[in-house]
Amino acid sequence: MPADMEFFIDPHRCIGCHACEHACSECETHKGHSMIHIEYVERERSVQTVPVVCMHCHSPTCADVCPADAIKRSADGRVMTARKPRCIACSNCVLACPFGVPKMMAEFELMMKCDMCYDRTSTGRKPMCATVCPSGALVYAPRAEVESMRKRSRPTNTFKFGEQTITTKVNMMVPRDRPAEHLDVTAAIHDHPADELIALIVLTDAPTPEGVA
Amino acid sequence: MTPPIDEDPRTYPDHKALPDQPHWRQDFPTDVPEDDHVARREFVKFLVLTSGAFAAGQCWIALAGPGRDRGPFPRKPVATTAELEERRTVEFHYPDDHEPCLALRLGPGRYVAYGQKCSHLACAVVPHLDRGELHCPCHNGYFEAEGGRPVAGPPRRPLPLVHLEVTDGVVYAIGFEPRTV
Repeated sequence: MPADMEFFIDPHRCIGCHACEHACSECETHKGHSMIHIEYVERERSVQTVPVVCMHCHSPTCADVCPADAIKRSADGRVMTARKPRCIACSNCVLACPFGVPKMMAEFELMMKCDMCYDRTSTGRKPMCATVCPSGALVYAPRAEVESMRKRSRPTNTFKFGEQTITTKVNMMVPRDRPAEHLDVTAAIHDHPADELIALIVLTDAPTPEGVA
Repeated sequence: MTPPIDEDPRTYPDHKALPDQPHWRQDFPTDVPEDDHVARREFVKFLVLTSGAFAAGQCWIALAGPGRDRGPFPRKPVATTAELEERRTVEFHYPDDHEPCLALRLGPGRYVAYGQKCSHLACAVVPHLDRGELHCPCHNGYFEAEGGRPVAGPPRRPLPLVHLEVTDGVVYAIGFEPRTV
């Protein structure tokens, strides 16, 4: 794998076409099962979609919670699908992942997840999803190229999840001229969110639905 | 292809270094290179324990072997000579009620008996007296009917020998001899 190639997700550019899902499920190592999925954000108010691939955390929570020691990170920082002989299909990783990536394949009794197309990227090719994305929401390119092409965005790889700060191998494109905002998604768990922001409302001037104050 | 360079740092949720992490992180590392690494001490421990277990097993076999299946054996009627002359093969159990054995008529008045369990993996052997052999169908093992010794296939040890005695037209089993050579 060329060391300068990196994965960038730009949800702003995602048009929700699901091409990445279909390309992913063409892969011979998990034929018919997509390891990427499209998330709809505030679907009743917005058409915003977000492609979700494994972020390949530097400290993988899925591996930390695995009771069977089945989830491993490769030497170049890719968190792999659970090892078949070890995985006990307990779904701890599915519940623990801050990004909702691991999928429990009940028919195989195995957790399967995106490994950034290890078979392709290790031989210098792009991941399946990045080759088909028509709008550049999924990009596999050198960082310098992305920074020069996307004048209004900058990549970040730091996320907050409750008390936990997560750094990842995969980058998320955020507005270049805005300060970093960390949304605490676990705040929604608490009954009385003190001053923590829960909702991810992006359209401030959206019409208020009838009957809602 | 050269192994990829580790460009991604391993961090921990509390942002402390690995020596300050709880022991389970060092015992169950997440990264493949650390997980595959076998320390010299672990390897030596494995070698000592497994070879010790093998040695202890050999001692146990040596100690337990001589005291096993050494009589006194019961005197048990197998068949009448007339019956054996007619049927040529008689199945019986000896020395207890569960150990299957075969009594064979090799010629007029010439009787032998063997344990029926193949010395390879204890399948039941099938006599073929017209060819003078016993056949184990599991892995195509062959024993000669004359002495119960292996002639072909995986078995390396002869079948256990059952000593017979003929008294007043009745064939009795009087001894059971597991053989290694």
